[in-house]
Amino acid sequence: MLTISRALQAQILAHARADHPDEACGVIAGPAGSDHPERFIPMANAERSPTFYRFDSMEQLAVWRQMDERDEEPVVIYHSHTATEAYPSRTDIAYASEPGAHYVLVSTREPEVAEFRSFRIADGVVTEEDVRVE
Amino acid sequence: MAIEVRIPTILRTYTGGAKSVEGSGATLADLLDDLESRHNGLHDRLVDDAGLRRFVNVYLNDEDVRFLGGLSAPVRDGDTVTVLPAVAGGMR
Repeated sequence: MLTISRALQAQILAHARADHPDEACGVIAGPAGSDHPERFIPMANAERSPTFYRFDSMEQLAVWRQMDERDEEPVVIYHSHTATEAYPSRTDIAYASEPGAHYVLVSTREPEVAEFRSFRIADGVVTEEDVRVE
Repeated sequence: MAIEVRIPTILRTYTGGAKSVEGSGATLADLLDDLESRHNGLHDRLVDDAGLRRFVNVYLNDEDVRFLGGLSAPVRDGDTVTVLPAVAGGMR
């Protein structure tokens, strides 16, 4: 289960809306081992695409180093789908590389409806989990 | 001195859990070959027939090695190489 604050959930949804029709992506860092997302880090989508996202490699290095220095890890890795449901695609599964992270997907396909779901993706297997917002 | 190579969580199965390992070589390709001799299987997770795998980021100190010549990038003792899987995906 992912437990996340209402404020962080709102920040993810706002980022996704702001970047629509391109996919938005980012990280929420938290203390290593805590499973607690705390620090919101929106990332540039280097692809600037409505159908694909990729973290900019230099920004990713800077952010991963900063997390290392602060003894944090990427608790949540999020991105948006702009025309399809908030469920991991084959591409998402193929490139998922943080087996300890909660993969959050949101969809901006409906302007008035927020879709916010969380998954574990490890070894090519997707497992949806409950989201508790507090 | 050697070259420090920082290994991401998902590849630590090849390094006995170690977050960083050391190796040597004149180029990135040499270094990865040297690591392979002690960390069997790591090489193929980083390199395919076309060169560095597209969804693996390799950095030499503070620079993406794609801007330094990729596998032929020169390396030397005291350098730090960082491997990070690209974070990527899409709706298809």
